[in-house]
Amino acid sequence: MSGVAIVGAAESDLGITGESVLTLQAQAVTRALADAGLVLSDVDGLATCGVSRFSATQVADYLGLRPVWTESTFAGGCAFEMYVARAAQAIEAGQCRTVVISYGSNQRSARSRSLAGVVEEHTPEARFEAPYGPLYPFSYYAMAARRYMHAFGVRREALAEVAVAARDWALLNPRAYRYGTAPLTVRDVLSAPMVSSPLTTADACLVTDGGGAVVLTSLERARDLRRAPVRVLGYGECVTNTSMTAVDDLTVTGAVHSGAAAFARAGLVPGDVDVAQIYDSFTITVLLTLEGLGFCGAGEAGDFVAGGRTGPGGAFPVNTSGGGLSYNHPGQYGLLLLVEAVRQLRGECGDRQVPGAEVALAHGTGGILSAHATVLLGVDR
Amino acid sequence: MSEDFWEATRRRRLVVQRCLACGHRQHYPRRLCTACGGTELEYAPVSGLGVVDSFTVVHRAPAPGFEPPYTVARVRLAEGPILLTHLVGDTDWACDLPVRVAWRPLPDGRHLPVFRLARTDQEDSAHED
Ligand SMILES: [Zn+2]
Repeated sequence: MSGVAIVGAAESDLGITGESVLTLQAQAVTRALADAGLVLSDVDGLATCGVSRFSATQVADYLGLRPVWTESTFAGGCAFEMYVARAAQAIEAGQCRTVVISYGSNQRSARSRSLAGVVEEHTPEARFEAPYGPLYPFSYYAMAARRYMHAFGVRREALAEVAVAARDWALLNPRAYRYGTAPLTVRDVLSAPMVSSPLTTADACLVTDGGGAVVLTSLERARDLRRAPVRVLGYGECVTNTSMTAVDDLTVTGAVHSGAAAFARAGLVPGDVDVAQIYDSFTITVLLTLEGLGFCGAGEAGDFVAGGRTGPGGAFPVNTSGGGLSYNHPGQYGLLLLVEAVRQLRGECGDRQVPGAEVALAHGTGGILSAHATVLLGVDR
Repeated sequence: MSEDFWEATRRRRLVVQRCLACGHRQHYPRRLCTACGGTELEYAPVSGLGVVDSFTVVHRAPAPGFEPPYTVARVRLAEGPILLTHLVGDTDWACDLPVRVAWRPLPDGRHLPVFRLARTDQEDSAHED
């Protein structure tokens, strides 16, 4: 456990905004600080990425800050879960007092995301992968799904259940991109356009603008602020690969290590978690992560999510915002996992609130199952 | 450094790096052995036999020049390393099927290693391209 808490959380505008990245960043930061009852001049630590070559410095300049601690590890979607760990350590070590972790992307408005993804031609693996034309990251997740189904005899329908549950949650979240649409069925997912078999468009996350910010400070100081503190109980991370051939077993991810470290640090076990926000870049990501984190055994995640168990009213609520599949996915979704976890622990989630949630897990995944980071959060008891 | 791999494909030879210190084989090529940290490595021919670790049929072109659908796969070589490749031939693909390397000519005389179903009968291997 750490003596650090999240005291503010907010989203930027979401969806199709027509705004710049820095406008979305500014929205997120000012809203999260207002939520915390703090002001810009209180901020002396800043963590962000995805803005420019010098992301944290760029955002600090834009906000008019001169932070004494910054962090910009680039690890795709899970960077923000990593930042929580680094921020907790920096605050406990006394390097800084109030950290803002922020993110913003206008990828939908700017049409900067393509299905082919980003191929970095200068990497050593590129010469051995690009000639074969995999969709990056889509085809890697597709191969993980195929291997997973083969290894454990899991039916294709089990993957679809993840998307169905996400949609059901999104229908309860007015901020969700798919709010106000119709429920999704397993048949809908399977009959959607095939992109990289066995995965269809409905197995893949949204492409939207979006962003958010969280504010962290010491637990002692948090207790004097306007919101109930959300304690940072544990964290862990593991990076495994950039190439598509480095990982021996596609069904075993770095979540095994990041989760075990987070639970050990928190002194908790998976059974203690009341609500989980699990990166859902693709449906398969959730199944592999549930197993990696120890919520069920290898090959059991299909049964674990079956019959709406992770949806509204289910025994184990997952991705209560609607997730990257149906709520929002701004390229790097990990910041918004934290925002939803905080809101669940504060009891602010209205129709989608998990009653009495006291321990929440946020797990980010970056790249092609490349980077994994887990954060455990809890109410201050 | 990866030139050695591609030059060997002119003669339709599949080579992967082997560590002179510990014998570990690895792919893609690197300046050190990921098993022992040794820096003396050679390119050693491999059998060209393997199994399908996993595969996916790509239905959208990632860039001009690709004509979907085609089958991208991870093939686990008999010698250990995993290659990203294509599966070719009229096969109803499944994980763990045995495969054998085949060669797709490139305009400059090199070849792209791809894999087709490996059959046990002599006739098929005689016609292997
Ligand atoms: Zn070695």
